[in-house]
Amino acid sequence: MTTVDVGAVGKAGIAVNYRTCRFTGLRIEANAETLIKVNAVAAVVFLALGGLMGLLVALTRWPAIQLLPAEWFYLVLTGHGANVLLFWIIFFEIAVLYFASAVLLGARLATPRIAWLAFGLMIAGALMANYAVLRGDSSVMFTSYPPMMASHWFYLALIIFAVGALLAVMVFFGTLVVAKEEKTYDGSVPLVTFGAITAGIIAVFTLASGAIILIPTWLWSIGVISQIDTLMYKVVWWGMGHSSQQINVSAHVAIWYAIGAMVLGAKPLSEKVSRTAFLTYILFLQLASAHHLLAEPGMSSSWRIVNTSYMMYLAVMGSMIHGLTVPGAIEAAQRRNGFDRGIFEWLTKAPWGNPAFSGMFMSLVLFGFVGGISGVVLGTEQLNVLMHNTLYVPGHFHGTVVAGTTLAFMAMTYLVVPLIFQRDIIWPGLARLQPFLFAIGAGGISLFMMGAGTLGVARRHWDISLTDAVHAFEYPPGAYMMMALNGIFAVLASIGGILFILIVVGSILRGPRLDGTNAKLTFPLHDASREAVSKYGSHATVKLPGTIVLVGIFFAAFVLYYFVNWKYLSDLWLFR
Amino acid sequence: MAIKPPANRLWWNDPIHGVELGWIIIAFLWGLFMFFFMIAWHFIGEQNLSSETYRIRPEKYQEKVEAFAQQHQAKDQNGAPLEEKGVPVVRPPAGGDVYILARLWEFWPIIELKKGQSYRFHISSVDWQHGFSLQPTNINISVHPGYEHVINLTPTDTGTFGVICNEYCGIGHHTMTGRIRVVE
Ligand code: HEM
Ligand SMILES: [Cu+2]
Ligand SMILES: [Cu+2]
Repeated sequence: MTTVDVGAVGKAGIAVNYRTCRFTGLRIEANAETLIKVNAVAAVVFLALGGLMGLLVALTRWPAIQLLPAEWFYLVLTGHGANVLLFWIIFFEIAVLYFASAVLLGARLATPRIAWLAFGLMIAGALMANYAVLRGDSSVMFTSYPPMMASHWFYLALIIFAVGALLAVMVFFGTLVVAKEEKTYDGSVPLVTFGAITAGIIAVFTLASGAIILIPTWLWSIGVISQIDTLMYKVVWWGMGHSSQQINVSAHVAIWYAIGAMVLGAKPLSEKVSRTAFLTYILFLQLASAHHLLAEPGMSSSWRIVNTSYMMYLAVMGSMIHGLTVPGAIEAAQRRNGFDRGIFEWLTKAPWGNPAFSGMFMSLVLFGFVGGISGVVLGTEQLNVLMHNTLYVPGHFHGTVVAGTTLAFMAMTYLVVPLIFQRDIIWPGLARLQPFLFAIGAGGISLFMMGAGTLGVARRHWDISLTDAVHAFEYPPGAYMMMALNGIFAVLASIGGILFILIVVGSILRGPRLDGTNAKLTFPLHDASREAVSKYGSHATVKLPGTIVLVGIFFAAFVLYYFVNWKYLSDLWLFR
Repeated sequence: MAIKPPANRLWWNDPIHGVELGWIIIAFLWGLFMFFFMIAWHFIGEQNLSSETYRIRPEKYQEKVEAFAQQHQAKDQNGAPLEEKGVPVVRPPAGGDVYILARLWEFWPIIELKKGQSYRFHISSVDWQHGFSLQPTNINISVHPGYEHVINLTPTDTGTFGVICNEYCGIGHHTMTGRIRVVE
């Protein structure tokens, strides 16, 4: 894949070598490439570990199996949350940030030494957190609400990890500056880089909140501070916990655009709209941490309303806009590629056999329909009381962060392996199947956990039959069925997850090398020469009937589901 | 392409796609509608969680609950105080205050209410955070130590209701339950 090698020595004395990618024409610098590799590999390792824990949790919550004893269940659930939500996602995001800065802008990575330091700290933090959890005295869930106390190793581990991640984000910003100064690109940064910048800015805010809350908590755990106010903790903790989800959204939306561009040659319908939609994430979503506090004492209604609506809905609007512009850009590109018949030929003839595309598109659909709609409902001031802390909550966020973010990251990996590791994907048949298995599994666990939550089943709960409880209470049979279905779909998702890991690790180690001159990709990228000479001029004039239909279905589902929940709410006891 | 700098350097002058504009307007109006609907529910709806909260020391709260239980404990036919599995059954006066104590790992005491009567529920914890989850009605409220949350509740149907804890509170979390009965 290497055609040009330019050797130079950077100021810091670290060699700067570039190669030009034969498939994309991108100029890739060696340090950036290595750091993308190590961060991506670390991400996949923690996904494997955390995913396995997820399966154990789901099998324990399947009433007929109840695999683990209670102590182990809470321990493994804590480990699951930390390994997947923090370590898998954030390691991968660092790789995405380096990719979107150094690779897409054709620049060198700023300060590779600091990037290595960041990586080292993150690894140390992640390992230490797993050590703390496996010791058995830190089964406090990754939210670690006081006054329940974990071992001080647990908090220290998270602080070290966060400092590492913050350094890595700084390297990303440094790389942007380097690219600008060395004029490696012309005009404005690409849309994908813009999305990554959004993610980076939110990451700084998030990690700062994390430090503000975790450092005193750590001091408390070693006895320096005597008390932590539980309500204050939740407010600040969710300043981190919620905004960090905005990093995920920004990152996976940027990936949707990237995959659309690389696999289909999609251009944004209009740069202005897509960029403004990213901006709404920065401007409005941090404050939505409030929607985690709707069922807490002492929060005034006006505070709840302002923070959950004015702020949140403007950011929701951002996601709804991407929900149109991403499929819209794909439809426009496909019509230009010659699939112009009827309303849906662009979609039916899309490269569904390419796991990068199929994963990306299913991530888009599931994020919108499952994660997005349920999130708005859950975040509505009054509706929250219907599902606060029930399994509905994990149901919702497996729709966002598993079926949405994780699936998008998996899809992106099918491009990162050939382009950065320069190895082709092995087992193309299984690779084709993998995104579907994972999407069905992840979509299933999201929906069935939401269903169980609607029937009142609690989250983070070992035994819905309440065998050892004094005042036992019978859940309806439907709740048991939901938990069994959740278990079955968890097995499907896990098979999808295991396949992903085998394919990726296998490809990196044993995949056909792509650096020879004749090597071809199993899953080809967009080839501009295939574009039909079409009647379409600028994207701004393309007709998008298919996207309009899809978005119309989405909107109808949204409105319907929203009002169904108000109906449920109106059947509750009266709050007067 | 989205991975290349915009072809038009002055991209902010590019026209907006008509479909995009239409969708932005719809999304914005829908957001606005949802915003006003939340406010409207404060006037048209019966389910608005109260935010009345007092700071209280956990020991003080425990004393209040114990006094409440002693004062209103139900009596059986023979006039003996009514208990269930060692937990007092308490019949607060209609329209009066109800005190519930959340602690590792129970909601204490058992409460008996009259359907259609309004009660002032006080809820707080004396140790860790807990989650008050009333089933099968599915009302879910967080419980903090040091904060006494006061909620007005009017039961609309009769029967035996379970209270389970849905905020993780340690190894006994899944055994943490309580009971509320509603009679005609
Ligand atoms: C094989 C795939 C997965 C399965 C089967 C699975 C299953 C589950 C289940 C059953 C729960 C427990 C809900 C409860 O009892 O409260 C859970 C919790 C959770 N999962 Fe997953 N999950 C998977 C993948 C993921 C991924 C990829 C992420 C993040 C990117 C994730 C994030 C979380 C988080 C944050 C929690 C909450 C932990 C807590 O309550 O502290 N899961 N998962
Ligand atoms: Cu509890
Ligand atoms: Cu609990």
